[in-house]
Amino acid sequence: MKKVLGILLAAAMAFSMVGCGATATASSAASTAGTAESGATADATADAANFKVGLISIGDETEGYSQAHIDGIKTAAATLGIPEGNIIMKKKVEESSAAADAAEDLVGQGCGIIFANSYGHQTYLVEVAEKYPDTTFVSMTGDFAALTGLDNFKNAFTNIYESRYVSGVVAGMKLKALTEDGTLTTATQPDSFDADGNIKIGYVGAYNYAEVVSGYTAFYLGVKSVMPNVVMEVMYTNSWFDIDKEGAAAEALIANGAVIIGQHADSTGAPAATEKLLNSGKICYSVGYNIDMRETAPNAALTSATNNWSAYYTEALSAALKGEALPTDWAKGYADDAVGITELGTACAAGTAEAVAAAEAGIKDGSLKVFDTATFTVDGATVTTAPIDLTYNDFSSGAPVAVYPGETKEAIVDGAFSESTLRSAPYFALRIDGITEDAEPVA
Amino acid sequence: MSGAAENTIKKEPLVRIVKRDGATFPQKVAVRVVAILLALVVDAIFIFGVTGLNPLGVYSVMWGGTFSNPTRFSWAMRDLATLLCIGIALAPAFKMRFWNIGAEGQVLMGGLVTALVMVYFGNSLPAPVLFATMLVASVAAGALWGFIPAWFKAHWNTNETLFTLMMNYVATSIVACMTNIMRGKASSLGTLNKATKAGWFPAIAGQRYTINIIVVIVLTFAVYAYLKYSKHGYEITVVGESENTARYAGINVRRVIIRTMLISGAICGICGFLIVAGKDQTISTTSAGGQGFTAIIVAWLAKFNTFYMALISFLLIFLSRGASEISSVYSLNEYATDIVTGIILFFILGSEFFINFRLIWRGKAPKLTKEGK
Repeated sequence: MKKVLGILLAAAMAFSMVGCGATATASSAASTAGTAESGATADATADAANFKVGLISIGDETEGYSQAHIDGIKTAAATLGIPEGNIIMKKKVEESSAAADAAEDLVGQGCGIIFANSYGHQTYLVEVAEKYPDTTFVSMTGDFAALTGLDNFKNAFTNIYESRYVSGVVAGMKLKALTEDGTLTTATQPDSFDADGNIKIGYVGAYNYAEVVSGYTAFYLGVKSVMPNVVMEVMYTNSWFDIDKEGAAAEALIANGAVIIGQHADSTGAPAATEKLLNSGKICYSVGYNIDMRETAPNAALTSATNNWSAYYTEALSAALKGEALPTDWAKGYADDAVGITELGTACAAGTAEAVAAAEAGIKDGSLKVFDTATFTVDGATVTTAPIDLTYNDFSSGAPVAVYPGETKEAIVDGAFSESTLRSAPYFALRIDGITEDAEPVA
Repeated sequence: MSGAAENTIKKEPLVRIVKRDGATFPQKVAVRVVAILLALVVDAIFIFGVTGLNPLGVYSVMWGGTFSNPTRFSWAMRDLATLLCIGIALAPAFKMRFWNIGAEGQVLMGGLVTALVMVYFGNSLPAPVLFATMLVASVAAGALWGFIPAWFKAHWNTNETLFTLMMNYVATSIVACMTNIMRGKASSLGTLNKATKAGWFPAIAGQRYTINIIVVIVLTFAVYAYLKYSKHGYEITVVGESENTARYAGINVRRVIIRTMLISGAICGICGFLIVAGKDQTISTTSAGGQGFTAIIVAWLAKFNTFYMALISFLLIFLSRGASEISSVYSLNEYATDIVTGIILFFILGSEFFINFRLIWRGKAPKLTKEGK
């Protein structure tokens, strides 16, 4: 009996603590915000040594996309003299209320600016941004900062489509060499040609939405700029990171005849599968994403399209240190060294480096437009108008419900689709001729 | 027990293990305190040996994971409420010796229907009716997910461990399918009803998670009383000890099994409701976050006493928050911090052995004869 009484008493105490905690939190949440505010204003004038930066990351160093962010923010901090110890990282934060917790905790730790690197973090981050108006929050790859009207909530995205186009040029050069030296003909690999004699290539995509569509279209147009007779099949995995599914999708695409496998998914699954099939006698090569794939696929890897996030982090942190406002939508590419491709693999065709240099120079000086309407058609016709509705919708009940209403703007400017200028996140969602999307994601 | 028989064996073993009947409360506390101290010493050796960090610094960071500011403490209480709620749900089933490994799925189903009600009725129903509908729907969904394995067990004596475990995967797949439909053209679902906040628990006294905590406190008392003082609770105990005895005493075993699992599933469903409406405002396959399995440890360690469960839950939450804080502050790999908390957990679980048993070393035989009456 005494024992039970003891436990009961202990439990009662524990619960009274809960009660106190709950009421105490109300007043002290405000005080946490208070300290953070004063911290932020002091930081603006103080030197870099006292400036704290927060990063909320969907993955950790073991995954290419997050690795690129972690490297980028470290490089930027080193450039600006912010000690590495002042970068507070929250890794493996899911796209759930965990992201809001992480952001609020970073505010409490005195971070003047907080970055979150995954698209799905944004709906949680914006709530914290509303609550702490004196801290700057950046939802990288997010798409509604401008619509919220908040001064302290920003979006940023690189013009990755530019480097995807260039990686497509690399793949196109390979296809050209393969056909010219007689390696790839209707006799050696008949599956790789469609009824009209076009060469088949494939693309492993994460999700069927604008960011991926923009990327694969740029890649396809890059290939096409060298080899006009190509068709592309796109297979989705419905995941940003799934080695098995990405590998299975690459295998399926190669089985359908694809000679080149591009990807917009974060793992090494597709290059690894391509390498295996290449070694077993298939003619197939890989163009990766985020990281150099030569280690995974020494024979099959041609190159990878990459983001150089330090370009953005340096600009953002430098502005934050000076107390200047960040651009609400930041999107830069080759001209500012924010995107690039990795070193060319041994399998690349002769003359590839020169073709890459020419394409890069064209993109930088504006003479080459990736989405030039003269280079593609939709349903057989040249595109002359592409109204883009910038509204951020909630689709959960089936019909779109506008969470943040936005304007509809014209994206075709001077004979080209102008990507990432109306907002930083990609919005090219035209399905152009020559590309087919598989209806079902890979099993 | 077997002591008398063993005395006749010529050579005495080095150590004997003897069941200890009813350790006193101070004894129990002493064993646990020693266990935690030993764990901290072993951890200190690991921390210093592997990472070269000052163990005391690491411990203070770990402490700070829960206690450094009131916001963190309120998150710890919120997480505690979630874990404890599932533990409470499991208690009646486990007490009946019905191995409900399916809390994860029952929570997910409760959460999923809550989310569906939020999405489809969020704009048409007034708030009180909406919350009531969400609650009823989540209870029904959780109870259904508990009822199915219970009915099969009661009628065909299927293996409930496997059955409930498999039901988790069914629930996960249903949630994956529904979230894929609901996310529409976006790459992730995001928060539900973001524009209207319909079906979101309001903050009470400036605290977002007050409702979650209050509901779980009420459940803690209710289930404690149900198990300890009600006729149902007694029936559960008897069925758990021996089904034959229960039958002989005129207890309808089938009915008790099904009724208890309905309750267990229903409370899991409520937990799903609390997670979706009070914490995440969305649903995903990771909404239950493995807590359905962690709660099994909670229920067992506490021997189904719901108040003791609160303490165990607190310990587990404290350890996990501390671990993630360590990995954030020291940029340590999370596997390293998992070892730190794993060692503490190992010692605490291990201390149960010394509470239930005692060791008798060679040469202490006379004492053994006294004990082994």
